[in-house]
Amino acid sequence: MNINISNTNSDPIYLQIADQIKALILEGKLKEGEMLPSMRNLALELRISFMTTKRAYEELERSGFIESYTGKGSFVKAQNLELLREEQLKAVEALLAEAGDRARKIGLTVDELHELLDLVNGGE
Amino acid sequence: MNEYENAIEISGVTKRYEGFTLDNVSFNVPKGSIMGFIGQNGAGKTTTIRSLLNITNIDEGEIRLLGLEHVKDEFEIKKRLAVVFDELPFHDVFNAADMARIFEGLYPEWDNAAYSAYLERFKLPPKKKIGQYSKGMKMKLQIACALSHNAELLVMDEATTGLDPVVRDEILHIFMEYLQNGERSILMSSHITGDLEKIADSVTFIDKGKILLTGYKDVILETHGILKCGKDELGNIDKADIVSVRLNEFGAEVMLSDRESARYKYGGAVIDTASLDDIMLYYVHKGEMGWS
Repeated sequence: MNINISNTNSDPIYLQIADQIKALILEGKLKEGEMLPSMRNLALELRISFMTTKRAYEELERSGFIESYTGKGSFVKAQNLELLREEQLKAVEALLAEAGDRARKIGLTVDELHELLDLVNGGE
Repeated sequence: MNEYENAIEISGVTKRYEGFTLDNVSFNVPKGSIMGFIGQNGAGKTTTIRSLLNITNIDEGEIRLLGLEHVKDEFEIKKRLAVVFDELPFHDVFNAADMARIFEGLYPEWDNAAYSAYLERFKLPPKKKIGQYSKGMKMKLQIACALSHNAELLVMDEATTGLDPVVRDEILHIFMEYLQNGERSILMSSHITGDLEKIADSVTFIDKGKILLTGYKDVILETHGILKCGKDELGNIDKADIVSVRLNEFGAEVMLSDRESARYKYGGAVIDTASLDDIMLYYVHKGEMGWS
C-alpha cells in the first residue's frame, strides 16, 4: 500500500490520506475485509501527527469506506463499487457540463472543446 | 491502564517574579498525544515546566498530572514521569553504565534491557565518562534514561534544540515509537517550530508569560491564513477576523483566524496558508494593525 503526502498540496494532510485510501479501495487494491495499518503506525511511518491519521480514518468511516473496532483495528468495508462508480461519473458529468457552459459563453465550438480536453489531458 | 483524560491539566497558573509574571496559564495535554510548547526564550516555557514539576511554587492555579494533584501526589507522579532538560543534570565523572545503577534504585520500573538497547541505538559508549561526551551524546543519554523506566509522561524542555537535523529526526522518530501504545504522552517545549510542525498533535504558544493560542495543530493550521492586499484595502476587512496586520512598503499581510469564511467574505483576495512560525509571529503582535 502506497501513500504519499505532499506539503505543497493545498488539501490538508488528513484529506490527502483519506483520498488515497479511497482510491486504493475503488481500484480494488485494498479489498473488502482487509486490515488497514493502525493509526499510530501510519503516523509513525509517515512522520506526521497521530491526530492527523485519526482524522483521516474518521473521514473514511464517515463516508462508509472502512469500519473500526476498538482494540482490533480498521478494516475495509464491503463496497457497492457499481454505485460509487456511478457517483463519480455523475461528478465528472457535472464538471464537464460546467466546462461546456463556460465554453459557450466565450463562443467555443464543441470541436474546439474536444480538442481542449485532449490537450489538457496530455493528448491522450 | 490508568484512567485519565488529560496527561497534563494546567489551569489558571500564575507565578509572579520581579520583572516577569507567568500569567493565568491554562492548557491541557490529552493522553496519548504530543504537545509542542512554543515560545521565544524567556517567554515562560521553563517556568511553566518547573511549576508543573513542583520545582517552582506557584502563586495561583491548579495543576494535575496523570490525573493526580501535582503537589499532594508529587511522589507518585515522579515515579511515572520523565524529564529531559536542555542541560545534562548528570555529573561528568559518571559514565552511562553508572547512570543505570543510579536509576535502578530510583525507579521501580527501570528496564536495563531497554536502556542498553537505547545506548546501542544511539551509539553511546557505556564506559566513557559523560564529561567526554559531545552535546548531542549528552542529550541522547538523557533521553535514553528518560525512556527506560516506562514513564507515562515525558516532559522535555528544549530537548532537541542545538542538535543537528539528523539526530533531531532520529529522536523525534523514537518519541513517536514511544507513543505507539496510546498510553503515553509528551510535552515538548521548543523555540523551533519545524520539528513540532510535523509530529505534534497539539500546540500551545506562549509569549511574555501569557498563552497566546492552544489547540490541535491541524485545526490551527487549517483555520489560519495570510491575506495579501494593498494598504488602501485594509479598511474592507472586518476587524473581528484579524489577528494582526504586518505592513511593508508595498502592501499589507493580514493574519486571519478563519481562512475558509474569509475566502467567501473577501472573494478574490489572495489568502495563503500559514506555517506555525507565521502564526506565532502574528499572535505575538496580536491586535496590532500595522507592525513591521
